[in-house]
Amino acid sequence: MKLKKLPKKLLFQNAELLDPIKKTNKKGNILLVNGKIADIGIFESPSDVKSIDCNGLTLTHGFCDLHVHFREPGNEDKETLESGSRAALAGGFTRVCTMPNTNPPIDSPESVSYIIEKSKDCPIYIHPIGAVTKGQKGIEISEMGLMNEMGAVAFSDDGLPIQNGLVMRKALEYSTMLGVPIINHAEDDCLRCEGVMNEGIISTRLGLPGNPNIAESTMVYRDLKLAEMTGARLHVPHVSTATSVDHIKHMKSNNNNITAEVTPHHLFFNDESLVNYDTNLKVAPPIRNDISRKAMVKGILEGVIDCIATDHAPHTLHDKETTFDLAAFGMIGLESCFGIVKRVLVDNEGLSLINLVELLTTAPRKIMGFNCDLLKVGTEAELVLFDSNEKWIFDNDNVFSKSINSPFYGQKLTGKIKYTISKGYISEIS
Amino acid sequence: MLSHKHLLGIEDFPREDIQNIIDTAFNFREVLDRPIKKVPSLQGMTVVNLFFENSTRTRISFELAQKRLSADTVNFSASTSSLKKGEGFKDTAQNIEAMKIDAVVMRHPAPGAPKHLTEFIDAIVINAGDGTHEHPTQAILDMMSLQEKFGGIKDLNVAIVGDIDHSRVARSNIYGLVTMGANVTLCGPPNLIPDTIIDLGVAVNYNIDEVIEWADAINVLRIQRERMGIGLIPSEREYRKLFGITEERINRNKKEIVIMHPGPINRGVEIDSGVADSDQAIILDQVLNGVASRMSILYLLLGSKDGDMK
Amino acid sequence: MNNNIQIMSSKDISQKLIRISHEIIENHTDIGNVVILGIHNRGVPIADRIKELIFDITNINLPIGSLDITFHRDDFRERLSMPEIRGTDIHFSLDDKVVILVDDVLYSGRTIRAALDEINSFGRPSIVRLAVLIDRGHRELPIRADFVGKNIPTHSGEHVEVHLEETDGKEGVFLVKENN
Repeated sequence: MKLKKLPKKLLFQNAELLDPIKKTNKKGNILLVNGKIADIGIFESPSDVKSIDCNGLTLTHGFCDLHVHFREPGNEDKETLESGSRAALAGGFTRVCTMPNTNPPIDSPESVSYIIEKSKDCPIYIHPIGAVTKGQKGIEISEMGLMNEMGAVAFSDDGLPIQNGLVMRKALEYSTMLGVPIINHAEDDCLRCEGVMNEGIISTRLGLPGNPNIAESTMVYRDLKLAEMTGARLHVPHVSTATSVDHIKHMKSNNNNITAEVTPHHLFFNDESLVNYDTNLKVAPPIRNDISRKAMVKGILEGVIDCIATDHAPHTLHDKETTFDLAAFGMIGLESCFGIVKRVLVDNEGLSLINLVELLTTAPRKIMGFNCDLLKVGTEAELVLFDSNEKWIFDNDNVFSKSINSPFYGQKLTGKIKYTISKGYISEIS
Repeated sequence: MLSHKHLLGIEDFPREDIQNIIDTAFNFREVLDRPIKKVPSLQGMTVVNLFFENSTRTRISFELAQKRLSADTVNFSASTSSLKKGEGFKDTAQNIEAMKIDAVVMRHPAPGAPKHLTEFIDAIVINAGDGTHEHPTQAILDMMSLQEKFGGIKDLNVAIVGDIDHSRVARSNIYGLVTMGANVTLCGPPNLIPDTIIDLGVAVNYNIDEVIEWADAINVLRIQRERMGIGLIPSEREYRKLFGITEERINRNKKEIVIMHPGPINRGVEIDSGVADSDQAIILDQVLNGVASRMSILYLLLGSKDGDMK
Repeated sequence: MNNNIQIMSSKDISQKLIRISHEIIENHTDIGNVVILGIHNRGVPIADRIKELIFDITNINLPIGSLDITFHRDDFRERLSMPEIRGTDIHFSLDDKVVILVDDVLYSGRTIRAALDEINSFGRPSIVRLAVLIDRGHRELPIRADFVGKNIPTHSGEHVEVHLEETDGKEGVFLVKENN
């Protein structure tokens, strides 16, 4: 990856300009001057300007990931804001929201400031999500007001469910004055028990304790009903079961404050892939059976699930290269995201490229209240250039995270990120 | 010789391999009846018994098997403290292999641990029990015992009774018996039998009396005391009342069924002393067959050059 | 292409075994102390025949057993296919006995070495003697037969095939030349 400052003037020539807001995909140019969009469309290319020939390439909004773990502060051996930024750029992402389950957790305005300050130097936009409860202990709600003021865009205890219904209710009520979503990692601790993978025939065969669908769907239902009762905004993270999707669909029919996301791995894998005890497939919520996977695909095609979010969760070799029961939960996902979701949704299911880009750009930005209209003259350049036809195989060379815990190595993908432009930088991803 | 290099589980062992192992095990039974119970087959080979879980019986059985084959045996018992994340497992294994050993017999509390081991050592790996996943050598000796008693396994009615969910003995036996064509019925408390288990080709019946009447042989699993208390088994007396293989139940039954148990027995809980000591119980034969089965497995796995194996 | 030459007929085989049986009786005044062990595969039916022949002559039923030397072979690690184990069957102690080992063809001597090794697991015979139908030479170990039906000199590109009614459904000894 070559990361450079944007030249004063840069012309993207002859690209397929994909506008997910206007829902158009037309040939054209984009001229950047001083890092901002100066001209879009068909115009004569100025001669004195550095240009990139984008023939056959698609140019669109930079992707936005609502759900990443950049491990700073506390676990810098797994990832830092800086290395996470590179992983994001490699995946075409220009804007991310980081989860607060760091060490110490982001549960105070001071810690939110820390992230805001540190990310000033990063080549992508990083928005901290603050913890819902102090220390993520699930008991006392945190200083959400002060954190929001400092820049926290949403609140979550991600990694840990807010087990106590009363705390969840109070948090939702409290959040209504801030107008930002609460994101609860929905897994009933008791029903989940020691489950390390989806409860089903595969877990029975492997002799591994299973985590049943119902551990997620019951808590999703609880959260939805509490959101309805309190009028708060609820964003359901990493949905994995069909019943959860049904609950969300039902609630959304008369409630505009509910949104949901799904990960690339829950769209791609089913639990049969775990027969070899591959710890890179150990995630929370677990990878479910194929019926659930198909329900996730259907959910996102039908719009019940609003967007894609990777839940990028880096772990060191030490944490993953062990017996399945002891391995940490999570996989990295920024670099492989586009290729994987394109394969599942566009190549296999026939979703249009425009719709796919929406799921990665306008949809997540809308949920977080970020500016959506990025193909507008005068806006800061936040773009991604990709080749939707390029065939490639996902490999170690494509990973820029500090960690390498991915189950996607060797997958044949069509659709590769070529350049990502954000915050005055241009990264050439090769 | 066998279609796999390692013995990680019975699950994907083809029928021919299982039959070969059992038939060869009968030949090793004969060796165990000789005045001098030793053959030179594995002379010069070194087998390490890597036990991360306490188990005197299985380890001794393997050790005897190795010694009767003239192999050199090394015992390594890791304390539970070294089971903490990453500590010891990979390093221990690689250290041992650096000393040029031919095979590792491993028992570990984590399902998948022996498979994990094969990823960083070259030696042959034999699973002596990985958590709640499989205990393939137990299944072999159980099937050998059934073949000894009945002449064959196909179409035999075999019941497995107890805490199926947490039993590696149950899983391995299910895989093996179904592959060999037996009819398998599981019996035990419903909350200890996963509902997906019928996908493995077995039947489930919670009525122990019906099961006893139906079965030719019954494999009684040990009730682990840890399972009581966390809402799984209310009490020993309740378990005995509903699922215990009592003298009364056995005597009530006209057919003389064969009683098996992997050991150690909880007398008076899952099985009555009178039943365990009766003529119908082949528990001690299982022990002897255990040594013979393990000799057979070691002989067949170690007895060939690389290249032929998966 | 194989060239099979029949060197012995069924009648020839019978004649040789009769002679061997007489020789055994001649050599052992205390025939009651003799036991016969046939080496699997074809040594077993030959041992059976010798036992019957000895009974016909002396009216004495010698104890008979069979030896499967698979577990005692010295080429264990070079074997790539499933071993065909027929099993060892010896129901008596060999302590102080005169053991007559019986096999069909004596070649390198390694089978006999393995048999001698295995015999040790069953006791300590006072004497061990070897009776073979055919000795084809090319010993790799210092082993010799005490009773030989027929000596058949061979080259390394040839081998001797013994067919018996009990194992092959027909009788005869064949010299097989393999042309590479």
